[in-house]
Amino acid sequence: MMLAQEPAAEKPAVVPGAPSIRAVDLSVGYDHRPVVTGIDLVVAARTSLALVGTNGSGKSTLLKSIVGLLAPVAGRLEVLGESPGAAARHIAYLSQAHAAGFILPLRAIDVVRMARFPVRGLTGRFTREDHDLVEWGMRTMGVWSLARSPLRSLSGGQQQRVYLAQVLARRADLIVLDEPTSGLDAGGREVYLEALAAELERGAALVTATHDIGEAVEYDQVLLLAQRVVALGRGREVLTPDRLLDTFGIVIRDPHPEHAGRFVVAEREHGQPQVVDAWKGRS
Amino acid sequence: MLRALAAGVLVSIGCAIVGTFVVLRGLAFIGDALAHGVLPGVAGALLLGLPGILGAAVGAAVMIGGVSLVTQRSKLSSDSAIGLLFVGMLALGVVIVSRSSTFSGDLIRILFGEILGVAPEDLILQAGATLAVGAVAFVCARPFLLLCFDPEQAQVAGFSARRYHALMLLLVATTVIVSFQSVGTLLVFGMLLAPAAIGALLATRLETMMATAAVFGSVSAYLGLLLSYNLDTAAGATIVLVATLLFFAVLGIVNVRAALAVRGVVRTDGEA
Repeated sequence: MMLAQEPAAEKPAVVPGAPSIRAVDLSVGYDHRPVVTGIDLVVAARTSLALVGTNGSGKSTLLKSIVGLLAPVAGRLEVLGESPGAAARHIAYLSQAHAAGFILPLRAIDVVRMARFPVRGLTGRFTREDHDLVEWGMRTMGVWSLARSPLRSLSGGQQQRVYLAQVLARRADLIVLDEPTSGLDAGGREVYLEALAAELERGAALVTATHDIGEAVEYDQVLLLAQRVVALGRGREVLTPDRLLDTFGIVIRDPHPEHAGRFVVAEREHGQPQVVDAWKGRS
Repeated sequence: MLRALAAGVLVSIGCAIVGTFVVLRGLAFIGDALAHGVLPGVAGALLLGLPGILGAAVGAAVMIGGVSLVTQRSKLSSDSAIGLLFVGMLALGVVIVSRSSTFSGDLIRILFGEILGVAPEDLILQAGATLAVGAVAFVCARPFLLLCFDPEQAQVAGFSARRYHALMLLLVATTVIVSFQSVGTLLVFGMLLAPAAIGALLATRLETMMATAAVFGSVSAYLGLLLSYNLDTAAGATIVLVATLLFFAVLGIVNVRAALAVRGVVRTDGEA
């Protein structure tokens, strides 16, 4: 009986010592039309970056550029020391929406096994290590007991855990997540946060687009986007009421004296209003 | 009759593999377009005294090339592009056939096939093509699975989504081209969709979906031939009709089972 033990570590990053992401005066967008311009950032290994902004602010566009799905419109972008896309084997990417839907006849474990395809290529046989990583990822996300269940029979939250198990099983040097907590219940969120902390510890870098400002504050860096770079820096410095007002449109301070520093963010279009304690540590 | 059954089973196997991708990737419309796009090719070849398969291949190539060109050059969505080409090719096919002296006979033969008139060499070609389609699907199982799951995942995993999508279309085209002889350009589409759709309803894995589709397709071919022989109906059409009826029967059973499962009468495979 295998325990949910971490299998042996894999080969190091593509270019040793290179930052996981380096962007210099980068513009990202579709069909040569920029959505966000002038992005300058460096994400080192073992560190995390959160992208915060409304829908349409450019979060997903930047993520797609990082993983090589979109060519940069202008400027420089290096991922793991190479051009984006060249490092595909070392990147785990979880997109916002899955085309899979409910028709695809797949078991949960088949989805997680896909994580090992980039490493084994077209026809390379799965090794013991691959099977161990698949099991470890599913155990970590608490879905190993569902391994043989059809994906379409799982709830939205369970499916999201399966997708995150796939991300873990990839053993990536760079993890790119687009709103990964949507659909996760409280228990799932806790497991997810622990797993990501462990991945950072292992040496991976993490970039996450999120609507959850409470989560973003905990990241090493936060990039606030509103079809332009509003601010980049440490979470507590970037996520101020003024900047959030600038980004989201509406920010309401909680007037109750016990809740000094607590405010509510509401988006113009989508998303739920959120209560944010940005200065938990300070006040 | 035995030759017809062999042809039917071969078509079923090829269509099961390719149809699985067509159903899962939502390629039904382009599959349909391909099936019709070959019509002018076949008609032209027959008029010139060339093998129909050659014409079918040219027709399919023009169709695929045309669709990607129109989609790239205009801002039209691909279904409008496909629809335009599909109708254009169909019309062109009918125009070409109308020049022939045996107009309606030729047209019906191309559209509905002539499974009872399949020659041994047609069978060999069909077996070879089915084998080739199966081999490519087997070797490319990983990128094809990723494409069905999420084309972006395929791309990020290092498999060119565009290249494997094109390869997938090539497999659809190959299957349509070699199957038109037996079930015709109009009906091959039914064999592409109905058994694979049954597979999607019943299977929980891609491989079992293909196997299920192949079994139901073959059963349809057998029952269809049997019925058409006894009732003296058109063979190809009867086969496709049986396949379609089987789909609705399975759909009904699955829905009844699901309804019963909700009331706790039977368990479906869902709950682990």
